[in-house]
Amino acid sequence: MNPNQPPPPPKWPDRLLNRLIAPHLREEVLGDIHERYALRVQRLGERAARRTYWREVLAYVRPRFIRREQPKHPQPTNTTMLRNYLKIALRNLAKNKAYSAINIGGLAVGMAVAMLIGLWIYDELSFNKYHQNYNRIARVMQSATFEGAFGAGSHMPLPLGNELRTNFADDFTYVVMASWNGEHILAYGDKKFTKQGSYLSPEAPDMFTLKMLRGTRAGLKDPASIMLSESVAQALFGNDNPLGKIVMIDNKLNVMVTGVYEDLPYNTEFRDMTFIAPWALYVSSEAWVKRAQDNMEWNNNSWQILAQIAPNATFDAVNAKIKGLRVKHVPETAPYKAEVFLQPMSRWHLFTGWDKQGNLEGRIQYVWLFGLIGLFVLLLACINFMNLSTARSEKRAKEVGIRKAVGSVRSQLISQFFSESLLVVACALTLSLLLVILALPLFNEVADKQVGILWDSPVFWVSVVGFSLFTGLIAGSYPAFYLSSFQPVKVLKGTFRAGRFASVPRKVLVVVQFTVSVTLIIGTILVFRQIQYAKNRPIGYDRNGLITVAMNTPELHNHYNALREELLRTGAVVDMSTSSTPATDLNSQNIGFDWEGKDPNFNAQFGTIAVTHDFGKTVGWQFKEGRDFSRAFSTDSAALVMNETAAKYMNLKTGSPVGMIVKWNGKPMRVLGVVKDMVMGSPFKPVYQTVFMLNYGWANVINIKLNPKESAPESLAKIETVFQKFNPGSPFDYKFTDQQYALKFAAEERIGKLASVFAILAVFISCLGIFGLASFVAEQRTKEIGVRKVLGATVFSLWGLLSKDFVVLVTIAFSIATPLAWYFLSNWLEKYEYRTDISWWIFAVTGAGAMGITLLTVSYQSIKAATLDPVKSLRSE
Amino acid sequence: MRRSDLGEFEEVVLLAVAVLSPRAYSVVIAEELERETGQTVSTGAVHAALQRLEQKGYLRSELGEATPERGGRRKRLFTVTALGGRVLSEVRSVRNRLWDRIIPQTILKWS
Repeated sequence: MNPNQPPPPPKWPDRLLNRLIAPHLREEVLGDIHERYALRVQRLGERAARRTYWREVLAYVRPRFIRREQPKHPQPTNTTMLRNYLKIALRNLAKNKAYSAINIGGLAVGMAVAMLIGLWIYDELSFNKYHQNYNRIARVMQSATFEGAFGAGSHMPLPLGNELRTNFADDFTYVVMASWNGEHILAYGDKKFTKQGSYLSPEAPDMFTLKMLRGTRAGLKDPASIMLSESVAQALFGNDNPLGKIVMIDNKLNVMVTGVYEDLPYNTEFRDMTFIAPWALYVSSEAWVKRAQDNMEWNNNSWQILAQIAPNATFDAVNAKIKGLRVKHVPETAPYKAEVFLQPMSRWHLFTGWDKQGNLEGRIQYVWLFGLIGLFVLLLACINFMNLSTARSEKRAKEVGIRKAVGSVRSQLISQFFSESLLVVACALTLSLLLVILALPLFNEVADKQVGILWDSPVFWVSVVGFSLFTGLIAGSYPAFYLSSFQPVKVLKGTFRAGRFASVPRKVLVVVQFTVSVTLIIGTILVFRQIQYAKNRPIGYDRNGLITVAMNTPELHNHYNALREELLRTGAVVDMSTSSTPATDLNSQNIGFDWEGKDPNFNAQFGTIAVTHDFGKTVGWQFKEGRDFSRAFSTDSAALVMNETAAKYMNLKTGSPVGMIVKWNGKPMRVLGVVKDMVMGSPFKPVYQTVFMLNYGWANVINIKLNPKESAPESLAKIETVFQKFNPGSPFDYKFTDQQYALKFAAEERIGKLASVFAILAVFISCLGIFGLASFVAEQRTKEIGVRKVLGATVFSLWGLLSKDFVVLVTIAFSIATPLAWYFLSNWLEKYEYRTDISWWIFAVTGAGAMGITLLTVSYQSIKAATLDPVKSLRSE
Repeated sequence: MRRSDLGEFEEVVLLAVAVLSPRAYSVVIAEELERETGQTVSTGAVHAALQRLEQKGYLRSELGEATPERGGRRKRLFTVTALGGRVLSEVRSVRNRLWDRIIPQTILKWS
């Protein structure tokens, strides 16, 4: 080392200043302090110099030296180019307003449909997940194979609950007995409401993990207690504290409010369970339930059993243990392969039924169906988008040539076209979100849902943004990679021509679009045909002006005749009767029937309904043979009327059952008559064999036939005054039978409506697509048309020339769609036993319709092109 | 011209540049001022003042040669501009006029 060289200064300030000082000042600043240090070392020695050094360094720590130099060219070229791309993209969109509208609008509609369907599917799949024990809750069910047909149900015998609780304590955390959710009157002071609720075992709130707003989940331990949902508590008590208040159920049971729970959300099975009363109260207040419990009635399947399996148990293992319980206690069921099993909560909503072979089915089919439709609609929109952008992009070959000539490299062109298509997708995404927000209320109403946009769900955003990126990249890929590969010389000289087969992919895509659209149209028509077919079915009784009133208080049971006379006296009523179920609902099926000549191995099962003498006249049933119940014959109290199906079901050699004796559980009853089949269950299924017996005690509803000569509101007002007199404790709630009957079509109508909306949208999107393509083709062939016109072509022949291509495509699409639709729809119809057939005219109408729409769409463009003055089209070059 | 444009330290630095010209840069100016005033003057403070003066147009600068003790870094050399010169002389004449008007007895009392 040179002895004249002073020792170098400490290192740390260099590092500090190198980071802090603005780059353009670093050289002079560091040089200065180093030189100063060297001078100090010479003058004062190294130690003193080091001591003062930090002050020197800190003197430079001031904004003046730290602030970075302002660049001379504020925007780097990169963003300038991006700005140019954006500008060109926006100019292109603005220049071709029609294309842009079709492109963005079509894609937005497609995305909106996909989003709605996605939200719907999400809602379906998250059904019941509100309950934290979702994965371990199950419903106990039993299945049997009856006459070769598999059937399963959740009506369970009462003693089974105890059996599961005591003998399988290790497998279950909770076993909850449950009544069916039913309407009951809740009264507090002079406030009375009819509310739906259930009687459940005390563990239920724990099992359902109810969110308690007041009180605790242990509120059902005392039999004289009740837990209310938030909304019921609000209705009964307003803002007062309901805890400890006494509420009366059905005008007979006094119970104390011990808890208030948060309303169960709309997408849970128990959303209508607005109050919970203890199971023990149910047993003690209902004689027939008490009897079933005391006598261990294993044959009375009238209740639900819900259970939560233990943390270490699995559904399969528990199923294996409990499956024999039914046969063990009711040996007669052995020939029907009766089995007890658990249906996990995750299956309740989507797998509600079994086909005759015992395979699960249910709403999951609709989840698949709509998922598929959503996917297809989206696909249609994407196809449009791609078709139009590729078709347009050929017009931009010149631009590509110029850009390349002035120095664009290929990667820049690729990013230009990608950024353009992403811009369009971003516009479409914004528009589709707007559409979804606007359409959600309507959609919720049609689909019977309460879904909202999942603003705060990352999954939602990731999928939306991911999808948009995907669409943008796919749609932009053709222009990006194909156009950017052009040789500028060829393009600019004008020798560039799109290959002969350049339009083939586009044609294929149009065929795909129309195949999907035509299939959807055929499907929609058939769904509506099926609904209409079932609606037109003769139902065997007169539902006009028929209302039902629930008999839920003891007062109504004991005054049948007085009530009837009073009602008749008002003149508003033609007749009144009571029955065990309303005419729109058959909920009781029993075995234990016997008659002369019955095959001893045939275990007959009938629907059983208790009626009164006046039932027939009230509902207007029609006799095929025999006679109605009559007060003139006292022996009619041991008699029954059966429907046609039941008469056939008995398979009698003599033909008619009228006059025969049929025994039910040993009790003999004479068959008085046979009525025409009444559609009480699903209108899509065959009528169930049913017998009607006289029983004034087994009554759950009052049927009233209104006088058709008077207006319904007036009649109802008169009836209400009578009911207030006889049943002051409860509100007068009635249901119109025709409305109840219409509800049976709700599921199918919902699907029909949704499917038709989606089909219309699909057709709309497809039409947008060919509209755009047709105008593009017309524009491309302007010169050709001009020359043809000069040479003498007529408008009609030009119209034919331009429309021909599309007609061919639609014909191909139609011939693919027909067998496809036929295959899927005949599968769908299979599940309805009462079904319409797929007639040829549906296909014919759809085909003609699709062709008509296509021609209309194309004609607009082709006629416009054909009527253009050839002077104009040929002059410009 | 507003007088407040030139702070006291700035004035001294400007003068020092004039004195040391054409070899004036922050280190020698700081050393010079230390010698003249007997107080520690950091290079950073001088450098900042130089930049301010340059912004005001009283100085101009260019990069000079590198030396070994600077670690091979170049120095920034400052020279007084015509404007700077005028400002300096104006400040001086104001001072001189005021000095001249002080009665001699007063000065005697101080010393």
